[in-house]
Amino acid sequence: MVDVKKKAAELLSSEAVKVIIGYTEGTGGKPRAAFIQNVADVEKLIFNSQCVMNLAVYLTKAEIKKLGKPAIVAPVNVLRAIIQLAFEVQIQESDIVVLGITPDEKLVEFQSFAAIESYLEDFKMELDAKEKETLAKISGMSLEERWAYWTEELSECFKCYACRAACPMCYCHKCAVEQNKPQWIPVAAHQLGNMEWHIMRAMHLAGRCVNCDACHNACPKGINLNFLTKLMLADAQEQLGYTGPTLKEGNLLSTYNPNDQENFIK
Amino acid sequence: MTIEKYLVKKTSLPVLFDKIKASGKVVKAPKKKSHTTDFADVASFSEVTDDYIVTTQSAKSVAFPRVEKLFNYVKSKDGVQITDYALNAIPEVVMWGVRPCDAAGFDPLNAIFTWDINDVIFTTKLKKTTIIGFSCQNADENCFCTSVGGNPGSTQGSDILFTKLSSGDYLAEVISEKGKAIQALAPELFEAAPSEDKEQNLAKVDVKFTKEIIKEKVDKYFESDVWKEQAQRCIGCGTCAFVCPTCACFDIQDENHGKNGHRIRTWDSCCFSQFTLHTSGHNPRPTQDRRWRQRIMHKFSYMPDRINVYGCVGCGRCSRACPVDMNIAEHLTNISKM
Repeated sequence: MVDVKKKAAELLSSEAVKVIIGYTEGTGGKPRAAFIQNVADVEKLIFNSQCVMNLAVYLTKAEIKKLGKPAIVAPVNVLRAIIQLAFEVQIQESDIVVLGITPDEKLVEFQSFAAIESYLEDFKMELDAKEKETLAKISGMSLEERWAYWTEELSECFKCYACRAACPMCYCHKCAVEQNKPQWIPVAAHQLGNMEWHIMRAMHLAGRCVNCDACHNACPKGINLNFLTKLMLADAQEQLGYTGPTLKEGNLLSTYNPNDQENFIK
Repeated sequence: MTIEKYLVKKTSLPVLFDKIKASGKVVKAPKKKSHTTDFADVASFSEVTDDYIVTTQSAKSVAFPRVEKLFNYVKSKDGVQITDYALNAIPEVVMWGVRPCDAAGFDPLNAIFTWDINDVIFTTKLKKTTIIGFSCQNADENCFCTSVGGNPGSTQGSDILFTKLSSGDYLAEVISEKGKAIQALAPELFEAAPSEDKEQNLAKVDVKFTKEIIKEKVDKYFESDVWKEQAQRCIGCGTCAFVCPTCACFDIQDENHGKNGHRIRTWDSCCFSQFTLHTSGHNPRPTQDRRWRQRIMHKFSYMPDRINVYGCVGCGRCSRACPVDMNIAEHLTNISKM
């Protein structure tokens, strides 16, 4: 953390950046996002295993952009989001300074997005054994059982949209759920409204989700909605060898390659 | 009526619970799920938990659910036929295990739903609801009821309030006629009042500020940068409003199926970016700090000015549920020191 703080202080005092987006201590010893604009406040930066919020969500927020050029403290989940956002032309290299951070709080400096991309090659986006076990359980259900499982799970949802707000990939200024000419998704948090919202959300994140679990962590009801996207990630890994976002082939499901096999079309 | 005090033995509590269920009333009580504790239909007393500071969601759903079908309609050549809400089908509900902060939340809610017109769906539901409160023995760092006029043993809003005594038995305070009606279901369980002091059995919640000071400050610092500073990390979801016992904003939607349809009321939140978006495209609250200011001003200035009641009971639910740790007690404490 010493190196990260030192670098952050340098960047602020040289005015290379206007704000450091990082983690600081919050309520009850839990971390929260910090927007540090003064060198003196750099000391407030912290990093630990509880710092799981994906800070990349702030990179596309108008209110935060107004603060000026940011440097962002970036563990692997934030780095992945940065690469995906870069592919989607939401951020550019000149817009931000990335202060990579390892689990043992060491600073990793990057001169370019390409350098982040090659760093991430050592951190393949793969599902762990526990995630695979849960997915196998869900996939092993009959159609009726699976419908009942998701209906029950999503019945908790009251549509606060914390999942959307916490997701670095949900940066649309106007989301499809707020369109009402025509209205695609029922506004109400009833069974149909919830099911359509969560299916739409998951499909919109197909091949874009960076598997950071920000949606699940943000959910006040603890809904396992992240397993909808994990299921697609598992398919993408198995069938297409997908291991995470890249600068060239960021949108897995909207990427066309003349060599793609089409033998699934019957 | 004046409050009547009794002793209810801990062994009598499940008996009373069963008697209420047997009376045909719908009973909702705190039930643990995998991630949350919320009011839910419970089959028996064994499903009821007492291991919670406050439930994840407030008790407001009993009268103001997240989706309410207001009326059905059928369109035809001759016009529109409306089938009104069946008020007489609203059941008697007993909310068991309501914390004093939550019970106090029904006053501001009621003030909003009866402000200009009497919202008969809400008020009928509330009339048919009996609140069985349980005082708090425990509080956490998010609790601040004592800073907004409440306390962990407040009887406000409850029909009966139980306070656990050192023996494990309960002091029962019967507060209203609705409470008397519950007592009448099993009068033998309500024994002579205990001598033990109620206060020593309550959680300690430090006073951080007063609601009057917050009102004075927010009225004065409407144009301050404090709102921007505080709202920086807010990501604009609706969690705070949806878990809040006093947030009453709603959206109205028509759901059509051919010529049939119904009009519904669903929860809404001032923290959503489109909450005040006009048809013209103009939004008077274009940024998150304006929306955060609105949230606080509404609770601590506009509500007391217009309907003579504050819109915060200090339950701290919004702080616990917030995905980015927008701690309302911390923010209000800072405002109180301005």
